[in-house]
Amino acid sequence: MDLPRLETILSRYEGEPWDLIPVLQDIQDSYSYLPKDELQVVSERLNVPLTQIYSVATFFKMFSLIPKGKHQIKVCTGTTCHLKGSHRVAESLSHRLGVEVGYTTKDMQFSLDTVGCLGSCAQAPVMMVDDKYYGRTTVDKVPKILKLYK
Amino acid sequence: MPRFESIDHLREYRRQLIAKRDPNQPQVLVCAGPGCLPMGSEDVAAAFREELEKNGLAAKVVLKECGCHGLCAGAVRVLLRPQEITYQHVKAEDVPEIVEKTLKDGQVVDRLVYEDPHTQEKAAHKKDIPFFKGQMPIVLRKLDVIDPTSLDDYLALGGYRGLRKALLEMKADDIIDAIDKSGLRGRGGGGFPTGRKWRICQEVEDEPKFIICNGDEGDPGAFMDRAVMEGDPHAVIEGMIIGAFAIGASKGYIYVRHEYPLAVSRLQMAIDQCRESGFLGKNILRSGFDFDIKISRGAGAFVCGEETSLIHSMEGFIGEPSPRPPYPAQSGLFGKPTVINNVETWANVPEIINLGADWYADIGTEKSKGTKVFSLVGAVNQTGLVEVPMGTTLRQIVYDLGGGIRQDREFKAVQTGGPSGGCIPPQFLDLPVDYDSLQSVGSIMGSGGMIVMDTSSCMVDVARYFINFLYQESCGKCTPCREGLKQILFILDEIIHGRGQEEHLGLMEELCAVMSAASICGLGKSAVNPIRSTMKYFREEYLSHIRDKKCHALVCRPLLKYTVDPETCTGCLACVRECPVGAISGKKKMAQEIDQELCIKCGLCYEACQFEAIKIE
Repeated sequence: MDLPRLETILSRYEGEPWDLIPVLQDIQDSYSYLPKDELQVVSERLNVPLTQIYSVATFFKMFSLIPKGKHQIKVCTGTTCHLKGSHRVAESLSHRLGVEVGYTTKDMQFSLDTVGCLGSCAQAPVMMVDDKYYGRTTVDKVPKILKLYK
Repeated sequence: MPRFESIDHLREYRRQLIAKRDPNQPQVLVCAGPGCLPMGSEDVAAAFREELEKNGLAAKVVLKECGCHGLCAGAVRVLLRPQEITYQHVKAEDVPEIVEKTLKDGQVVDRLVYEDPHTQEKAAHKKDIPFFKGQMPIVLRKLDVIDPTSLDDYLALGGYRGLRKALLEMKADDIIDAIDKSGLRGRGGGGFPTGRKWRICQEVEDEPKFIICNGDEGDPGAFMDRAVMEGDPHAVIEGMIIGAFAIGASKGYIYVRHEYPLAVSRLQMAIDQCRESGFLGKNILRSGFDFDIKISRGAGAFVCGEETSLIHSMEGFIGEPSPRPPYPAQSGLFGKPTVINNVETWANVPEIINLGADWYADIGTEKSKGTKVFSLVGAVNQTGLVEVPMGTTLRQIVYDLGGGIRQDREFKAVQTGGPSGGCIPPQFLDLPVDYDSLQSVGSIMGSGGMIVMDTSSCMVDVARYFINFLYQESCGKCTPCREGLKQILFILDEIIHGRGQEEHLGLMEELCAVMSAASICGLGKSAVNPIRSTMKYFREEYLSHIRDKKCHALVCRPLLKYTVDPETCTGCLACVRECPVGAISGKKKMAQEIDQELCIKCGLCYEACQFEAIKIE
């Protein structure tokens, strides 16, 4: 376990039970998932039972208990994106990457997820790779976008 | 940035700031809002930076990356001041021409100006574009002209004048009276009178008190709050400081969805600026009032838009709602009195204090005052953010501002209120939009998503979409919501697969009645709106799925059949490469064929085909 890395995260907070979600978010951002050993330490430091941490970690969509890929692909499935065929974009990505939505490629390069709404509805369908948005992503644009990250 | 030691100091600083600024200095304002960012606004801004440098104009021309310019259909948009010329669909390669022609010669680049979708008439200036006529920007007023990272820009346009007035001229009660009198109601969807909420909280004898800004904009199809948090973060913060002063709160939180990373960083930057310049912290502007704000990131749960769930998640628990009363204003965060308002509500507060309650109360309808920001998206020609006085009709919004339906198709419905809202059919196009009128036709105002649908949308599919969304997002605490959604989803799936029966419609009505009466929170109670409204207004569509096993809008996959038109097919094999199940075969440069047994009707071939050779029936 990388204790100094975890200590840096914990040092940003006062160690109160209500710091749980921000602490988990920082761990998720830094490790790309929530490692079990780290959660054990968080449990002791914040005085929050591990069961509660598990319930929080599995309730919110941004947390993952298994490592995520190097690049996070999020396909928007908001209303406008749905009407404009975002499921086809998701299917095309899934087909090209060889993974189901919600999973990570074997080489750990890409995680593919759908999200409720990315808030760029005027450019539907929208997808996001890491922090970059791609608007009007039709199926034929998918290989070009993927190429930028391979 | 100086630290403002007094209200006079602030006034003097603002005076000098305005005097220093030349209103005739050329400005290039690139939209970097939610609509333009995915279309490459950063590249356009970078191209301007480079080109201005190259032409020795960098010191003369002000370049800013601003918040949303409103008309997202024309992304990437650029506004050139002082001439007020707007360009649309700007790409990095257009930039040299703009610099050469407009900035140097003052000419308009014709091919980049707005063109009316019907008359093809061109309009170079914002005031001549129909989309902007009929709008009344209050919350969106500053978005297209200020740099959201600059406190000076906000101050130069009168920012923190509302706070100045509140601290200098008003008592806490006066502020609450003003908000009450203005008629401002919660913009998050519920429409609870803001002044009344503040009063309840103020009157509770308990300390400390908290203020929360709900920026967990989870409704799919809505991005108003994102645009405001990213484009004018100080307006939200100023509103919160005024609110905190009025109710006597010492600490505030802004709860932002983690899907909005830019909003988080912009707000954080604005908070830091406020601490540095004395708008936040101890003894704000030497008034003796202490207040500070922290950002709380959401972790991805739609139900956390509901106030009690949001509060639970801020306390470190999962986002489950609790029954009200007690309301958060009485017992909220950590059991303390808490005022929780939506982003747009907070952003209205400084203007109301600044310009007066009467001014605000003059706008809108009898029971819904002021303006409302809508994200107008879907099948209209001009998509984007609009801000209109309450009481504007749907027809004005869809046809006058939105420019009507794309490709002159027929209007079918407008969906408002997100997953808790309903689908409003054409016969209500002349309905004045306010909280009460939308409810009377089975929808709600919600946070302001307005998704226009044409005949290519299937209303059964739309209903299934929302029910599936809510089924995924239901926290599972209460049975009516958890199980009700599951059963409705099951029935809708039967209908979409051509296995529906007419009795199913009655069953769904029964489930809706239980859910709306017995669910704990708004998510379950209002989850019935998409079903009820579509069953009421588009019953025929349900019946054609059930009786004829047909989806006339060609959306419901199990009821479709994909074929290749041998006449148009060029044999380019684009569809073959895309098909995930290998159902398409044929020789190169010859017409292809789809194996109906293998076909999963995903539609990838349809989208991949450049020649429209894939037919759906």
